[in-house]
Amino acid sequence: MQNGLLTYINAFLVGGIICSIGQVLIDKTKLTPARILVLFVTSGAILTALGIYQKIVDIGGAGATIPLTGFGYNLAKGAFQDVDKNGILGAFTGGIKAAAAGITAAIFFGYIASVVFTPKAKR
Amino acid sequence: MSNKRNGKQTVKMQTPPSIVSSACIVGPKEGEGPLRLYFDEIIEDEMWGEKSWEKAESKLMRETFAKVLKKGGRLPEQINYVIAGDLLNQCIAANFGLRESEVPFLGVFGACSTMAESMSIGAMLIDGGFADDVVCITSSHFCSAEKQFRFPLELGTQRPPTSQWTVTGSGGVLLSNQGTGPYITYVTTGKIVDMGIKDANNMGGAMAPAAVDTILTHFKDTGLSPDFYDLIVTGDLGLVGKDICEEILESEGYDIHERYNDCGLMIYDRKKQDVHAGGSGCACSAAVLAGFILNEVRNGNLNNVLFVATGALLSPTSTQQGESIPSIAHAVSIQRTLSREG
Repeated sequence: MQNGLLTYINAFLVGGIICSIGQVLIDKTKLTPARILVLFVTSGAILTALGIYQKIVDIGGAGATIPLTGFGYNLAKGAFQDVDKNGILGAFTGGIKAAAAGITAAIFFGYIASVVFTPKAKR
Repeated sequence: MSNKRNGKQTVKMQTPPSIVSSACIVGPKEGEGPLRLYFDEIIEDEMWGEKSWEKAESKLMRETFAKVLKKGGRLPEQINYVIAGDLLNQCIAANFGLRESEVPFLGVFGACSTMAESMSIGAMLIDGGFADDVVCITSSHFCSAEKQFRFPLELGTQRPPTSQWTVTGSGGVLLSNQGTGPYITYVTTGKIVDMGIKDANNMGGAMAPAAVDTILTHFKDTGLSPDFYDLIVTGDLGLVGKDICEEILESEGYDIHERYNDCGLMIYDRKKQDVHAGGSGCACSAAVLAGFILNEVRNGNLNNVLFVATGALLSPTSTQQGESIPSIAHAVSIQRTLSREG
């Protein structure tokens, strides 16, 4: 039971820290939101290549895989695994293969949302 | 030199045209702001029954145009020119909004300075004897502007704290050589000023030098001093830009801070409404002028107003190419009566 609670707390902390970094970037830099998101994906991929991000995932679980850095992690990990299996071509195919479900889900549910809902301005 | 020119950039009206009527329609956020009682109509939501933000913005302009005519007791056939512009690419809000107007159309682009630009041209057309009745009108829309300049709303991106909120609305005036005021007496046309600021999240800071340049030129050209005016108002410099403008003018010997305000700070309650650095957009200065300022002039609370709308002449492409933000400010001098002429 204690182990379960710790998992949630770690996920909360790790996810929160990653998102706080995003908030600081929005508030204190001139980076546009799109650039910040791209930065997150590429950082995730690079940190995975350096072996660092896996450690963060081990501690934070979903708190590390859900934020966009986790998507970079997924791409990088998939590329490595496919290279191990299929040689250098895997560098091209592995990333997208690993992220296939996520990408398709994003397109599919994004489409449904845009058809079902009407955009409204924020207040 | 023609006898109507005053100094470098100013024109003095020989027979000052009257602002016969004014009207504005605004969005729900503006309708919750401190000037809400001064607007002709507040729409319930930003779509206003249309299928796109752009169509809604065109509708805002179309309906405001109709109100301006109605309040001025004119039919479209009687209008010699409508001078209109907006923020959208190719100014489609104006093009489609006034598509059925049957009025000779002059489209202008001045970004957020459009209201002053169109009034400047309209006043000169009338004083020059080329027109009797001219409508000057502009619009902007938060959602269409975000989609074009930043990101579509559907993306759900976060806006930084220094960003401004584009006013959803349209404001217009009817100028005529028949009328009893308020009068347009001077028009000072701005030059493009670029101090090299590239930060699109600090538009106020980018535009302030242009406002300073035009206001200084106006005073030098006309020989007037700040205390001639009860109110000197800029379009949308916001908090940061307003301070810069005041400071530089003071260092040049013109202390305006007692009579200076900015439409971007007037149209929203920055403490209660989440608008970050204040309002912006063509409709910011247009709605505050058409709704509030002209009302105050008509009922005698204000006698002389210097209306200085400011615009940032950038595009999404220029920003992506790493360009800075060239800006412009146009000044229109509005007087309740002609007795205290400069």
